[in-house]
Amino acid sequence: MSRIRLEALRHSYLARPSSDADYALRRLDLEWRDGGAYALLGPSGCGKTTLLNIISGLLRPTEGRVLFGDEDVTGATPDARNIAQVFQFPVVYDTMSVYDNLAFPLRNRRLPPAQIDSRVREIAAMLDLEAMLGQRAANLTADGKQKISLGRGLVRSDVNVIMFDEPLTVIDPHLKWVLRSKLKELHQRTGRTMIYVTHDQTEALTFADEVVVMHEGQVVQAGTPVELFERPRHTFVGYFIGSPGMNLLACELEGDLARLNGHRIAYDGAIRADAQPASGARLEIGIRPEFVRFARREEAGLPVRVLRAVDAGRFRVVDVAFGDGDGAQPLKLLVPEGGAIPAGDAQVVFEPTRTHLYVDGWIAT
Amino acid sequence: MSTKVENQKGWLFVLPVVLLVAFNAVIPLMTVVNYSVQETFGNNEFFFEGVTWFEQVLHSERFHQALGRQLLFTGIILLIEVPLGVAIALAMPRKGIWVSVCLVLMAMPLLIPWNVVGAMWNIFALPDIGLLGRMLNNMGIDYNFTRGPIAAWATLVAMDVWHWTSLVVLLAYAGLSAIPDAYYQAARIDGASAWAVFRHIQLPKMKRVLTIAILLRFMDSFMIYTEPFVLTGGGPGNSTTLLSIDLVKLALGQFDLGPAAAMSLIYFLIVLLISWLFYTLMTRDEAT
Repeated sequence: MSRIRLEALRHSYLARPSSDADYALRRLDLEWRDGGAYALLGPSGCGKTTLLNIISGLLRPTEGRVLFGDEDVTGATPDARNIAQVFQFPVVYDTMSVYDNLAFPLRNRRLPPAQIDSRVREIAAMLDLEAMLGQRAANLTADGKQKISLGRGLVRSDVNVIMFDEPLTVIDPHLKWVLRSKLKELHQRTGRTMIYVTHDQTEALTFADEVVVMHEGQVVQAGTPVELFERPRHTFVGYFIGSPGMNLLACELEGDLARLNGHRIAYDGAIRADAQPASGARLEIGIRPEFVRFARREEAGLPVRVLRAVDAGRFRVVDVAFGDGDGAQPLKLLVPEGGAIPAGDAQVVFEPTRTHLYVDGWIAT
Repeated sequence: MSTKVENQKGWLFVLPVVLLVAFNAVIPLMTVVNYSVQETFGNNEFFFEGVTWFEQVLHSERFHQALGRQLLFTGIILLIEVPLGVAIALAMPRKGIWVSVCLVLMAMPLLIPWNVVGAMWNIFALPDIGLLGRMLNNMGIDYNFTRGPIAAWATLVAMDVWHWTSLVVLLAYAGLSAIPDAYYQAARIDGASAWAVFRHIQLPKMKRVLTIAILLRFMDSFMIYTEPFVLTGGGPGNSTTLLSIDLVKLALGQFDLGPAAAMSLIYFLIVLLISWLFYTLMTRDEAT
């Protein structure tokens, strides 16, 4: 088992890529700690699966290196890398029993039968598959089959990393929860590095210690769920994570403050030296709906018009509009259960430490 | 009083099919049944004979030999065409321009009319002017399919393999193409050998299409007539007289309508029985 490093990785499916748009992965440097639980989160087509296949060795990157520990494995085949992968659709060997499915990777590696037997039984116990060992794998339900796929990765003691490519897609909703908790438990018991690819933020945030968010072939942020929530590095992270996503309002700069239609707003921190906006750069204020509230009576705030409120259980999501006519910008805020929602014109206040300034999509502070 | 609304219009919709099936299957078959239990001396006079013709056919040495030859022929071509077809399908490219090229090449023999195939191979194999026949004889092999039974059989089998292996290839290829990439990827990760991939992924996933392929090849080869008729005419002697050729000799050559009709029915029942056996055996464990 070892740490995995990706260095200056780029990948294109075209033979002669010319522009950035030709790359499924645009320059990527990442490090995965040994024993970590990671989630790779992003919308369909953002390059998650490409990245996964490069780590597993099913794809060879156009540029860059893949290192397991200090060993360069860029050109190594999947079986030489000692990785395991669970696919979106369960892959089982239909003609074999559950037992033979689990034993298959070990038999291919010519382990002594006694050792195979004890490993298979140990893993079957972990996955609650003991009672089904004699059954034909083809007759199992989707979640059972997915457990077998996972089991084939777990039986090998030499596995560097187990990767999951949206493994719960075909699982019934009520079993998703069960299987997800199982994964978390297995991670703790085995201490294996796990990388979980998904486009579902709930899955990512509940499974992982660290979430890597991808967008258009690049990693826009890697961090703990709390970091992603409180300080999104990119506006994409802001609105992709969280429900509803982050509010973004076009603004201008005036000294240390942002100006929205003449109203001054304080944002968190100071602009970094390397993030000074060029003229014509797109400036936005980002604030999560959780950190916007209606102003108290004596307080001055941003004038808005209340449009509608939707009940979302423990809180209500209120849609308001800031500005007039064509220049009006939508804004959402959360009001806790029982909180008052004014009708018509109102004023809202942003929590300054949670208000961030974005230049061309990237956080500036 | 029934409160059900009686609507008999449905029958009108079924009628075309009933008529179609009646005229192209049931009525002709009943005609054969009719002949098989009667004797005629011409003048449209018929005498009832019961199961005499069936007994005669079932006890005739000639029928046994034709049936034996037929089983041997079908057995040989199945043993060659199915593994060969699967092997070719496995070797075919999965993507790129060569896919279409291979598919067209494969489909070609299937598009040639059967009697043309027979004629082609007849000329191709002629010992004096045919390319194949000349070549074999020049190589010192005494080859003459109109004289030697073994040469005749070899030519017949080669012709059928050339003509019909493509069908197995196309079906097996379709089966292979339907296997999701994830299976191959999982197998690579599990460290499976090429043989293990074939044995545990490709073969099981091809099972359904191979069942169809084997059934089709069994039925078609068991009823083969045109190509051997054009190539050897059943000779030399009776060495390539397969069931259908023998049947035509009996029915049209000797004009023994009764025995020929009885033989037709027995022939039909054999095809039906073996097809059913094949199908039941091959789909046995899919019930669950």
